[in-house]
Amino acid sequence: MSAEVHGTQKFDATKRTQIVFSASAMALVQKLISNYPKGKEKSALIPVLHIAQAEFGGWLSPEVMDYVASVLQIKPVEVFEVASFYTMFHLKPVGKCVLEVCQTSSCWLNGAEDIVHYIEKKLGIKVGETTPDGMFTLKVAECLGSCGTAPMLQCGASYHENLTYTKVDQILEQYASEGRPRYYTDLDYTNTL
Amino acid sequence: MATTLLLKHIAVPGIKSLDVYRNMGGYASVEKALRTLTPNQVTEEVKKSGLRGRGGAGFPTGMKWGFLAKPEGVPRYLVCNADESEPGTFKDRYLMEHIPHALIEGMITSSYALGARKSYIYIRGEYFYVSRILQHAIDEAYAAGWLGENILGSGFSHDCYVQVGAGAYICGEETALLESLEGKRGNPRIKPPFPAVAGLWGCPTVVNNVETIAAVCPIITMGGEAYSKIGIGKSTGTKLISASGHINKPGVYEIELGLPVEEFIFSDAYCGGIRNGRKLKAVVAGGSSVPILPAELILKTAQGEPRLMSYESLAEGGFQTGTMLGSGGFIVMDDQTSIVKNLLTFARFYHHESCGQCSPCREGTGWMEKLISKFLSGTAHESDVDLLWDIQSKIEGKTICPLGEAAAWPVAAAIRHFKSEFLELARNKSYVEINHYKRLQPVS
Ligand SMILES: Cc1cc2nc3c(=O)[nH]c(=O)nc-3n(C[C@H](O)[C@H](O)[C@H](O)COP(=O)(O)O)c2cc1C
Ligand code: SF4
Ligand code: FES
Repeated sequence: MSAEVHGTQKFDATKRTQIVFSASAMALVQKLISNYPKGKEKSALIPVLHIAQAEFGGWLSPEVMDYVASVLQIKPVEVFEVASFYTMFHLKPVGKCVLEVCQTSSCWLNGAEDIVHYIEKKLGIKVGETTPDGMFTLKVAECLGSCGTAPMLQCGASYHENLTYTKVDQILEQYASEGRPRYYTDLDYTNTL
Repeated sequence: MATTLLLKHIAVPGIKSLDVYRNMGGYASVEKALRTLTPNQVTEEVKKSGLRGRGGAGFPTGMKWGFLAKPEGVPRYLVCNADESEPGTFKDRYLMEHIPHALIEGMITSSYALGARKSYIYIRGEYFYVSRILQHAIDEAYAAGWLGENILGSGFSHDCYVQVGAGAYICGEETALLESLEGKRGNPRIKPPFPAVAGLWGCPTVVNNVETIAAVCPIITMGGEAYSKIGIGKSTGTKLISASGHINKPGVYEIELGLPVEEFIFSDAYCGGIRNGRKLKAVVAGGSSVPILPAELILKTAQGEPRLMSYESLAEGGFQTGTMLGSGGFIVMDDQTSIVKNLLTFARFYHHESCGQCSPCREGTGWMEKLISKFLSGTAHESDVDLLWDIQSKIEGKTICPLGEAAAWPVAAAIRHFKSEFLELARNKSYVEINHYKRLQPVS
């Protein structure tokens, strides 16, 4: 999909041996695999990559992809094929918090460009860049299904909607103090009820 | 008061939970189907209801179910399309987030009709938290015996799973979705074979939109005949509309099909009119793929008839003067909106989302984006409008999946109805700056 995907990262065998899912992540992975018929374990690949990305620093290194391949008993290239297709997977290191501002029609109609410029100015980076402290990466995204509450941005598993400059200030402060966003694996769905 | 079926109980506190949902009459369709109807009778009710797919194409649901191949000894699957990525569309998210059991109930009743032992809900990866809400609803349904072995002692057993995607509009296309569900890149398959014959893991599969599946519940509970009396003509039932843009009250509304467009935009029961006292300029009525219409053509057809929110009325006049209901993503633009800039956001979207298998789509979407940006950077010539028209006209019908034409139609419609704006941008460079930007509303 996007042009930037093709990894320039080199495989490092020593790093590879250090990569292993935590017990709780592994339990979730096993549960996901059991959702599919015998012999169709590969179907769990996308959800498992989400878990891997959350577990191992917010992006998918060649070593992580190799590890995921071994867990699902498929070829590493099958993992790369998929990881490089989907925009939510990062094949290069990113900041701890990736801010994705929707720029499509309804968000644009409601001032998404102003939000992007405001964040650029505030963080001193351009779209696609990461702050020197490695905290924030700014990206633009396409419609995230939040058009009625535009403009909006996503960070990790959280949606921030009806954005204003004041709200952006609050969000950035919150993440800076918490150190990282909530991931897929953090979500305890019983709390969202 | 207008009929509501799907969102009837949206305001009931705790409607997310199984207990409250059940108290409000939830799971009645499962009871009725499993206790009193055969699977074929359920399908017959859906046929009688006249329900049409709510994912965008409007294909009759009962007929689609009727196509499902049923070879002995081969599993069949129901797959719910919760990929919802068509710009302007957020109704499935709203329904799943607030009334998750409406979807789970529909999955069980529909799977019974189709003879599916297992079903999957494929939800776009960005909706992480919604996938957790669904999973919680599924867990509740298992605990209460609505899912699992021998449901209600009927002998019918069913398992339902949620799977998240990872950010790819193309995975809303049903065969790309199946590829993705199988753990592959979301490249659409060449059809035939259709999923009804060879779908998930090569098995017969029905793919339906979230709202379609949820609509099966009221259909079975009230009967297909009664459902078919709601709405207008062949647009039966109710439809969820995602309303956004320059309106006073953006949000998701359930309308009875046949509601006048004018009432939808200006009535306080719905969009509440155009924001900041401005005038209506244009509407994209059914998600980014459908042709944009200027105010006069969205409110009235070319014949001067009031335009209605229905499959037929919105399509009245074909692409010359009409549009489509599509996914129900209703984007409203005020009189200060640059149609060309809005179009650029669509063109960029389709270029980004093309899977790249077919050259007319892969290359065409890129060329269209580039050309449209030229108008907005003040470097376009008047003749570029014709070039743009030429490119868009060479995509439709020449690609594996309909994303190609979905990218071409908005371009064609913008030129058809707003050609003067393109020409003005090419002629008058000072016009460019004014048009470039849609400013944020005054900040609170
Ligand atoms: C590029 C593309 C994107 C699509 N995106 C969606 C989507 O996000 N949700 C959806 O329900 N249908 C989407 N569709 C339509 C599906 O292919 C399919 O027709 C639909 O899920 C069938 O369900 P229905 O009959 O209940 O509408 C898309 C189609 C195309 C060509
Ligand atoms: S039309 Fe576009 S998105 Fe569809 S298969 Fe071809 S290249 Fe892929
Ligand atoms: S256009 Fe931004 S969320 Fe839909």
